[in-house]
Amino acid sequence: MSVDLQTVKRVAHLARIAVSEEDAERMTGELNAILGFVEQLNEVDVSGVEPMTSVTPMEMKKRRDVVTDGSKATDIVANAPAADENFFLVPKVVE
Amino acid sequence: MSDLTHLTISQARAKLRGKEITAAEITEAYLDAIERANPLLNAYVTVTGNKARDMAKASDAKLAKGEGGALEGIPLGIKDLFGTEGVHTQACSHVLDGFKPRYESTVTANLWADGAVMLGKLNMDEFAMGSSNETSYYGPVINPWRRSRLDTVVMPTTHQGDGGFVSSGGTKTARTLDNAQLVPGGSSGGSASAVSAFLCAGATATDTGGSIRQPAAFTGTVGIKPTYGRCSRWGIVAFASSLDQAGPIARDVRDAAILLKSMASVDPKDTTSVDRPVPDYEAAIGKPIKGMKVGIPKEYRVDGMPEDIEALWQKGIAWLKDAGAEIVDISLPHTKYALPAYYIVAPAEASSNLARYDGVRYGLRVPGKDIIDMYEKTRAAGFGREVKRRIMIGTYVLSAGYYDAYYLQAQKVRTLIKRDFENVFAAGVDVILTPATPSAAFGVADEDMASDPVNMYLNDIFTVTVNMAGLPGIAVPAGLDAKGLPLGLQLIGQPFDEETLFQTAHVIEQAAGTFQPDKWW
Repeated sequence: MSVDLQTVKRVAHLARIAVSEEDAERMTGELNAILGFVEQLNEVDVSGVEPMTSVTPMEMKKRRDVVTDGSKATDIVANAPAADENFFLVPKVVE
Repeated sequence: MSDLTHLTISQARAKLRGKEITAAEITEAYLDAIERANPLLNAYVTVTGNKARDMAKASDAKLAKGEGGALEGIPLGIKDLFGTEGVHTQACSHVLDGFKPRYESTVTANLWADGAVMLGKLNMDEFAMGSSNETSYYGPVINPWRRSRLDTVVMPTTHQGDGGFVSSGGTKTARTLDNAQLVPGGSSGGSASAVSAFLCAGATATDTGGSIRQPAAFTGTVGIKPTYGRCSRWGIVAFASSLDQAGPIARDVRDAAILLKSMASVDPKDTTSVDRPVPDYEAAIGKPIKGMKVGIPKEYRVDGMPEDIEALWQKGIAWLKDAGAEIVDISLPHTKYALPAYYIVAPAEASSNLARYDGVRYGLRVPGKDIIDMYEKTRAAGFGREVKRRIMIGTYVLSAGYYDAYYLQAQKVRTLIKRDFENVFAAGVDVILTPATPSAAFGVADEDMASDPVNMYLNDIFTVTVNMAGLPGIAVPAGLDAKGLPLGLQLIGQPFDEETLFQTAHVIEQAAGTFQPDKWW
């Protein structure tokens, strides 16, 4: 399988990365080189093989459903590019 | 005092405990070495001098009372991927500009609890994506190793010094260093370069596809990627969560064992951290390997591999045989599919993990006409080319209609890769010996590597299988190639059997010796 310029632009939008026409053209070539490389996986007979979900067989760790953390609003917004009274500031979303 | 930087961790530990030296002295020696070398090597992106001095002072107070921890007063460098409270943590990306976490990663917290001293944060490929440390927003790291040429020079008079040695016939063999700058490998290039150039006693690193072992091999240092689940991933910037593992880069096998003992832990904050006590890895060093079964996988003999590497592999086999190990030929038939499967699984997980960099909660924000435009502009400006490539591949393979063809197929192939190893271990093999990399260190801005992203990816051909199967792997320096560059061997072990890796790697180290670059910086 290979991607065309339109697909690259669509994927870039899905990934929320602005691309110029020139970027998109360059990326089309690069992505096709990578997709060409991974194509060989189709040779492998995987009938009856379970997909891997965890490299180490282990049971999911559980803990009591209690509050163990919190009251750190100042810490959480400390690195925000724009914040006001423990809220993250973003451009207006709802008109 | 610059020779203090040449002490291994085990030597420095003995001298610190014996009160022959102080943590303040050794810390000052490293800070001084960094100040002189870093403009040339670019291994550190931030030096935390004041913090280092404070930590050293606290260590000296403890050492004076005979109370020091396992790493008391040992100065370390920390890869920029580890969250360090109040200190530059950016995964060497522009998108995390100015980020200083309000928390400490579990691995670094373990090191500080054991008394280690932080010298600063080390350069790396952006988000650990790369094999040459050239994708860093902070520029490439330079390998302290350079190619060299052996010349026989007729000497008019007896002469000593400058790295050569005098022969009885009045000629000497001199190594002439080439000026070409080489990469230290990646993604933990800053860690490898700093350890090799004596800019820290040891360093933390991480390995998703080979990012500890390949740079270790390129710089003549020892690097171990432990079993998935051995070191907590909590507080480490995530790249591909099912593959990422932290581990140390050190100057010898014993130092790597000492560091891993402190880094590893059982951590309730990481659900994939395994509930097993951390063994005393150092105790495994020096144990005989007589009767151990060492597997040699035929699939690791690849086309175009330099003769030097094949010869090194044969030497490694001979050393282990001489030490009493039994050598057996094995087959890991799905080896060639590990790298293509990795380039689906890792970008898929990365595209999801890196979705959080949106200009809202931390780092860079580029304004836009609305919120979507802000996201797109921020991410376009904040991520480098390689990172964008991988996010795009990951987004594509996870997008509607392609999930089964790519991601599901890759995860099934991954099961088969792991099964190959399980079969070999079930047949009685204790450890597997392979080359660590398909080549020695290459040049900065190498045209071959730049021409096609896949050429760069092939660097990880021998290491990536280990991540796909979650196994432990260690790279240990084993010799120099014809151009005087270090080459490494890799040992792969059974899950949570890092002890066998240290034990066997030490046998190789005893036979091969340790390697230091000629100082030019």
